[in-house]
Amino acid sequence: MKRLFFGAALAATIGWSSATIGAFCGFYVAKADTKLFNRASQVVLVRDGDRTVMTMASDFQGDMKEFAVVIPVPTFLTREQIHVGDKALVDHLDAYSAPRLVEYFDDDPCDRRRYDMAMPMAAPAAARDAASRAKSLGVTIEAQYTVGEYDILILSAQESSGLETWLRQNGYRIPSGASPVIASYLKQNMRFFVARVNLTEQAKLGYAYLRPLQVAYESPKFMLPIRLGMANASGPQDLFVYALTRNGRIETTNYRTVKLPSEMDLPVYLKDPGEFSTFYKAMFTRQVERQDRSAVFTEYAWDMRWCDPCAADPLSADELRRLGVFWSGDTRGGAASAFLTRLHVRYDSAHFPEDLVFQETSDRSNFQARYVLRHPWTGAGSCPAAAEYSRTLVDRHTREAEQLAALTGWNLAEIRKKMGSDVAAGPEPAWWTRLWK
Amino acid sequence: MADPRLYQIGTLAVLLVYGIGWLEFDITPVRAALILASVLGTQWLCDRLSGSPARFASTSRSALISGLSLCLLVRTNDPALACAAGVIAVASKFLIRIRGKHVFNPTNGALVAMLLLTGNVWVSPGQWGAAAFFAFLMACAGSLVVTRAARSDVTLAFIACYGALVIGRSLYLGEPMTIPLHRLESGGFLLFSFFMISDPKTTPDSRAGRICFAALVAATAWYVQFRLFRTNGVLWSLAAWSLAVPALDRLLPAARYIWASAPAPSRSTATTTGADSPLTSRAA
Repeated sequence: MKRLFFGAALAATIGWSSATIGAFCGFYVAKADTKLFNRASQVVLVRDGDRTVMTMASDFQGDMKEFAVVIPVPTFLTREQIHVGDKALVDHLDAYSAPRLVEYFDDDPCDRRRYDMAMPMAAPAAARDAASRAKSLGVTIEAQYTVGEYDILILSAQESSGLETWLRQNGYRIPSGASPVIASYLKQNMRFFVARVNLTEQAKLGYAYLRPLQVAYESPKFMLPIRLGMANASGPQDLFVYALTRNGRIETTNYRTVKLPSEMDLPVYLKDPGEFSTFYKAMFTRQVERQDRSAVFTEYAWDMRWCDPCAADPLSADELRRLGVFWSGDTRGGAASAFLTRLHVRYDSAHFPEDLVFQETSDRSNFQARYVLRHPWTGAGSCPAAAEYSRTLVDRHTREAEQLAALTGWNLAEIRKKMGSDVAAGPEPAWWTRLWK
Repeated sequence: MADPRLYQIGTLAVLLVYGIGWLEFDITPVRAALILASVLGTQWLCDRLSGSPARFASTSRSALISGLSLCLLVRTNDPALACAAGVIAVASKFLIRIRGKHVFNPTNGALVAMLLLTGNVWVSPGQWGAAAFFAFLMACAGSLVVTRAARSDVTLAFIACYGALVIGRSLYLGEPMTIPLHRLESGGFLLFSFFMISDPKTTPDSRAGRICFAALVAATAWYVQFRLFRTNGVLWSLAAWSLAVPALDRLLPAARYIWASAPAPSRSTATTTGADSPLTSRAA
């Protein structure tokens, strides 16, 4: 029996197709959710004090019997500390916090009222034998549970080689570079949480996909072990961390945490199907390069009780509780006070040598990756203001094209071509602007 | 010898500009100006109230160093708390003294006080990143400062002890060397080593005392960071061990440090002095 081995960051080998972007109620809102990124894993971290609830969502799409996950955890976990969650909750969190595209419409310049109106608010076991075999290898099966469709083992070991042998004998495909990584976690008294799908239970439950695993534990360690996941990785992996905290946003303490460029005016052609997702992927890749591939990016930081504009409704108190916001019962009637930080990291072993360590800050300022389209006013006007408006439009479109080129590294001439008549009225860019692109 | 604080001010100012301009530090130029104004204002006021013989032209240099360090380290959304950090940094030099020597490094004391007393201040140790060239630059600039301040021993002892502990732990765990090096290449670590623990006014007077002090700070910082898993281990550790400096000075006595530009005070005034007046002048 061969099983896929997943490291801590739940790296998936099967990609998703690009997201289909839909239009809502007349006003277009696009978002760049995690489905855009291949090999992406998602982790929800609920943290307050030393208490952590971690929800791990896998985008695994292969044969269920091939699925296995091995995660180092800081403490022993009892049956009650493990739960199978609802994938819809993670999807909702993803939709709520995804980078978004919004649009505004210019007013009639001849109309004296000048204001910007924000349009889009679219809310849219042969047990004994196994145990003795394990013992001979120095591996202790500390506990064994069946939770939902998963068979779960909590393992500890004296020697990494014993654990490795045990995992191999039991059908887990361990990458060659994993041994020293396992050894260092064992020396730190970490346990290994091993889960695989119990096909009988899964058939009974009737789920065609894998539901996220949730674990709750108490430990001063506020970190995500990513090293094991990198041992067999062939390239960089994308990881999304959604942190729900009581006080403020989280950041990494051993890597730079950088906010993505946001609030830019961009050419309106990005509204066309597929254009925004292409833009976002290109922009993210360029920002990763700019930060020497060694930064963690903040995509969203917001008080969970509201949003503006909303890419999706905020999560309800009940949804938050099910994700592990254990203090949600503290509030009387009102929504639970939880602050959401969405971090996006593209990591590989060369640039992320150590595990991600986090800290919660008291920073409650709001941030969102938000990109703006401004539609020009198309009416006919003969007042002097209309003539002035036309002149400013040319400059504006030129600026939008340049911003897009700077954010993505795309060719300016091609952007201008795509913008069509918007920039036709303006002067051609100087010949040297194309020279070193 | 020129006043080493001028080099320190220059280096910290360059770091601040680099931090704001290139590393997107969570601090605006206006906030930085506010912090600097609060430290300078407090220094001027405390000098007046304490009847210090030191001229403001000299004492303001120390205040400026504290202010610039705070700009690099303290993060808060509340401008009042940023000002409060500046006031505490300078006022602590006048208020918390043992045998005429102030106890806490002003920046360190202010940061720890703000972290303990308010829930709205944080320090972002990861924001410097680990770009090797930058670490190298800081180390060079920093070493220049400490060598001129004749306190390179405490910095070197601290780096050696902390480095040995971090590398030693990784060796024990079988981790690749990239892990401890990544931890030591941090700009925040170098900033602490070269600009904070090296403060000649709050470190022990004797060389043996300073090396002992550096080793204690390093061991505790390592313990907080890697055994208790709390951030900013170096800040907590330095503040805690600062309390032991009077004892170290008693056990291992030596002449007290004096800034090169400070006026040589008479012995009679020195015992009741303001922040920058030494009890005794350095022999050299």
